[in-house]
Amino acid sequence: MTRKHQRLVGLLLAGAALGVAATLVFQALDDTLVFFYSPSQAAEREFRPGEAIRLGGLVKAESVEHSADSLNVRFAVTDGANEVFVTYNGILPDLFREEQGVVAEGSFLPDGTFAATEVLARHDENYMPKEVMDALREQGMLVDENGQKSY
Amino acid sequence: MLRWRSHRMQAVPPCGPSATENAFITHAATWTEVMAKALHRLANPARFLRIAAPLLPWTAAGAAVCIGAGLWFGLVESPPDYQQGDAARIMYVHVPAAWNALAGYAGLALASAVALVWRHPLALVAARCIAPIGACFTVIALATGSLWGHPMWGTWWVWDARLTSVVILLFLYLGYMALIHAFDEQETGERAATVLALIGAVNLPVIRFSVDWWNTLHQPASILRMDGPSIDPAMLLPLFLMAGGFTLLFVCLVIIRMQTELARRRVMALRRAALVVPQASDA
Repeated sequence: MTRKHQRLVGLLLAGAALGVAATLVFQALDDTLVFFYSPSQAAEREFRPGEAIRLGGLVKAESVEHSADSLNVRFAVTDGANEVFVTYNGILPDLFREEQGVVAEGSFLPDGTFAATEVLARHDENYMPKEVMDALREQGMLVDENGQKSY
Repeated sequence: MLRWRSHRMQAVPPCGPSATENAFITHAATWTEVMAKALHRLANPARFLRIAAPLLPWTAAGAAVCIGAGLWFGLVESPPDYQQGDAARIMYVHVPAAWNALAGYAGLALASAVALVWRHPLALVAARCIAPIGACFTVIALATGSLWGHPMWGTWWVWDARLTSVVILLFLYLGYMALIHAFDEQETGERAATVLALIGAVNLPVIRFSVDWWNTLHQPASILRMDGPSIDPAMLLPLFLMAGGFTLLFVCLVIIRMQTELARRRVMALRRAALVVPQASDA
């Protein structure tokens, strides 16, 4: 084996070891690397009231209630299986709308509602012109990955 | 550290390899032979310059045409997005810049591997020249992403897995550039930076799959996904034009930097020779 081959084999072995190490590290860190918890994950973990977390999911259709005289807003965040009611006082991002993804930062209240201090909008990976969207909606073609009609 | 390792490799006694090891080594040997031959041809700086010189105007012109057409289709011809309106047009700069930042790092790591195994000096020149350009594309991706995030997400920045792993990519580029100049001996700096570049390659799959492995604010991939692109064809055209244009621009800039670096080395070598010759005649 020439030194060139020694170096190549060494590099490949080091690469394999590094790959294994990285995989193990990320497996161990898995839970701490998530940006938000879905309502189901949050229910599973039983966060203490007051514990700062981020909650993410879709804004449930027809669940948004705006206060008449303040910026208070209340809506349900759902992941299909579970839902959590969120209260928020502040300006919502432009993309905030029903059936759209949101990530709310805040904590649970003792009664199980989520008091948000910040609400971020999360958009999906689909890009299309409005006309295409309207046509799809008219034909009732719009079905998301879970087989549910999104609109 | 590196000297120690090469010393140890030398000191390893030639123990008898097993049959499978032998087969692997023979296979690796023929494979490396072929690879080395191809690399040897390109690794000659004079040959590289001969190939690169005519390539340069074509990549430059191609980049100008693609980016020009991409901007026209992206900003004028393509329709606004049904959700995000005109803000989605930031995609036409953001996504190609991010792709090139990743591809650039893959090139940097590949060149570093070649430099480490085959010791081709041209590979080190290539790696050294790729780094700052890749860093620039990373900055463009981060900056345009931030500008896009503010109107759409409602925040300039969050520390989710995708955004954080791209910041790490920027620091890997910057670390490479800093490390290569951090030692008095050029070779020591080059070796340290090469090792950093190779270790940092772990970050590439992390960036790519971060949006699938963990909950992130950043949306999942639109193009590189199993069931085809989830972007309307009218928006795909400017996206691919810009991606092609950015890639050609990247190649063009790397060629210019490599030509400059090789010229710089030549000047240095000539200066050194000019200093040596009179001393020789004195003696």
